[in-house]
Amino acid sequence: MSTQETRKTTPKAPGIRQTMSDVHTWTGLLVGWILFAMFLTGTVSFFRDELSQWMRPEVRTTTLVDAATAANRVGDTLQRIAPDSPAWYITFPDARANTAQVTWRGTKGFESGAFDPATGQRLEARETRGAEFFYIFHFQLHYLPVIWGRIIAGICAMFMLIAIVTGVIVHKKIFVDFFTFRWGKGQRSWLDAHNVLSVFGLPFHLMITYTGLITLMALYVPWGIQAQYPTQADRARFNSEFSAFLNPTKPAGEAAPLLPLATFVQAAEQHWKDGQAGRLQVINAGDKTARVVVVRRDSQRISNSPSYQIFDGVTGEVLKTVDGARPAAETRGVLYGLHIGRFADDTLRWLYFLCSLGGTAMVGTGLVMWTVKRRTKLPDPTRPHIGFRLVERLNIASIAGLSIAMAGMLWLNRLLPVGLAQRAEWEINGFFIIWGVTLLHAIARPAKRAWLEQLWAGVALLALLPVFNLIATSRGLINSVRDGDWVFAGVDLMLLALAALLAEIARRTAKHQPRAKPAKRNAVAQPKISTGEPRTNG
Amino acid sequence: MSLSSSLIARAPLVSRIIAAIFGGYGLASLAAVALTALPGHPSEAVLIGMMLSFVVYTCAVIWVFAARSAWRAWAGLLITAAPLALIVWTLVTPVKP
Repeated sequence: MSTQETRKTTPKAPGIRQTMSDVHTWTGLLVGWILFAMFLTGTVSFFRDELSQWMRPEVRTTTLVDAATAANRVGDTLQRIAPDSPAWYITFPDARANTAQVTWRGTKGFESGAFDPATGQRLEARETRGAEFFYIFHFQLHYLPVIWGRIIAGICAMFMLIAIVTGVIVHKKIFVDFFTFRWGKGQRSWLDAHNVLSVFGLPFHLMITYTGLITLMALYVPWGIQAQYPTQADRARFNSEFSAFLNPTKPAGEAAPLLPLATFVQAAEQHWKDGQAGRLQVINAGDKTARVVVVRRDSQRISNSPSYQIFDGVTGEVLKTVDGARPAAETRGVLYGLHIGRFADDTLRWLYFLCSLGGTAMVGTGLVMWTVKRRTKLPDPTRPHIGFRLVERLNIASIAGLSIAMAGMLWLNRLLPVGLAQRAEWEINGFFIIWGVTLLHAIARPAKRAWLEQLWAGVALLALLPVFNLIATSRGLINSVRDGDWVFAGVDLMLLALAALLAEIARRTAKHQPRAKPAKRNAVAQPKISTGEPRTNG
Repeated sequence: MSLSSSLIARAPLVSRIIAAIFGGYGLASLAAVALTALPGHPSEAVLIGMMLSFVVYTCAVIWVFAARSAWRAWAGLLITAAPLALIVWTLVTPVKP
């Protein structure tokens, strides 16, 4: 029965591994380009705080003060600039973020800014979304309604999960394959590289994909919540179990002084014993109904299940204490925490970064392999069919082009006039304009030329940015190293390392000649065509 | 080969793709809701249902393509869905605590 179904000409039904191999190939290919972008921007997001600092070079690392002091200083400023605001939100600085991030509800929506934790003053810095853009983009894309972006990301993540599991079924000899890397064998080496990247990082890829789905599961499968919590109020109650967010209430209109914010931070930290405050929220400051929420720092625990205290802002009385959650909620908290990796120390963060970069390369090698594999089977390799050409060009723009666009955005961060209206938006628009240009370029040029030109353009953009910083700013690599500023030095060094990586890929791509067809299917000698896969083999 | 005959030849594959994407999601959603019948705090059951639904989805897709025919793929989904649907049906008019 199934003989006719899938392979009309094959005498026997395809085996399970062949079927799973097809599923693996197509789930990977169809959403591979978005997945590659999600993986790469997500990878950089593990250093989001550091990259965001680098994107605000005016803000010098200030003296780090404890959360209680920062709360008081920033609180004093907020009393002055936003006394009637119904809600203030303060995120305290830590080892990775040198400023206090403050948001408050103003007369025209939310306002936010970076504050000096030692003086409490608002810091003047160029307008930028920082690395926050890469982080948000990796699960919600851009220029789309937020919900749609997230749904598309979820569909892609689900395809990824299927691709991973079917990949494991296909490669039942997974460990044998792992030790048989065949260098310099064209398609074989691509497959081997793909296998090594996948097997080596398998636990990470599986974890990061599954937990990624968990972070937005209430959007993807809301039916259980709707069944058990039918009304809007019910759902608010359900959501409040996972969040320390307190909705502003109507003020009483009766003035009452707010206790110094340090009081609450100290009280909460005393309660946690070894825990520190990470965030603070104030509702109705200066009113009798003032409430203060102190949230525990998430870098100290894996789970991001809620851990917070709510205080009466006027009397200082503890109104509510939440420490952790029930078992399933705690499980969700741990899975969520594993995905965002806020708990990771420096060593673990680098491991996260490298595994994630490996995952990006896994998706990339998979995409390229689709064309490598099919090129040898093309009836006329000089004139591939439209589908092949589409995949080929999209590969170029999504793999090499994205690197150019991301590096380009960092250049715009340095080059756009500081006074430009909507500067932060233009950094992002610029990112997409550059990415679009790489797609046009990939369509216009022969494939191999396009690969090489884009890879080298990426190398130039990445490698010259630290040089530009050295010449045009006071925060170049030499100064940073001398001052022991490892955030700035680190980002510059990372740009150079990524430039070297791209240069190596470009060098191998240039040397790459498509293999002749296997001898038994020969007859036609492989014509000299520009193929254009960057190669991993030497 | 004419367009219509090539469509007929591809029908089982198309059927499987629909079964995988929509049937799989339906089964995962049913499982998510059915699991809310678990004893204990309702929010716990809801979370367990949501967290496991992705596993159900993955297994469903693999079953759909591993089955010997498109008919069997659909049958497998429906046979699994039936008891889940029954549980969900009993939940439709829940007695709220």
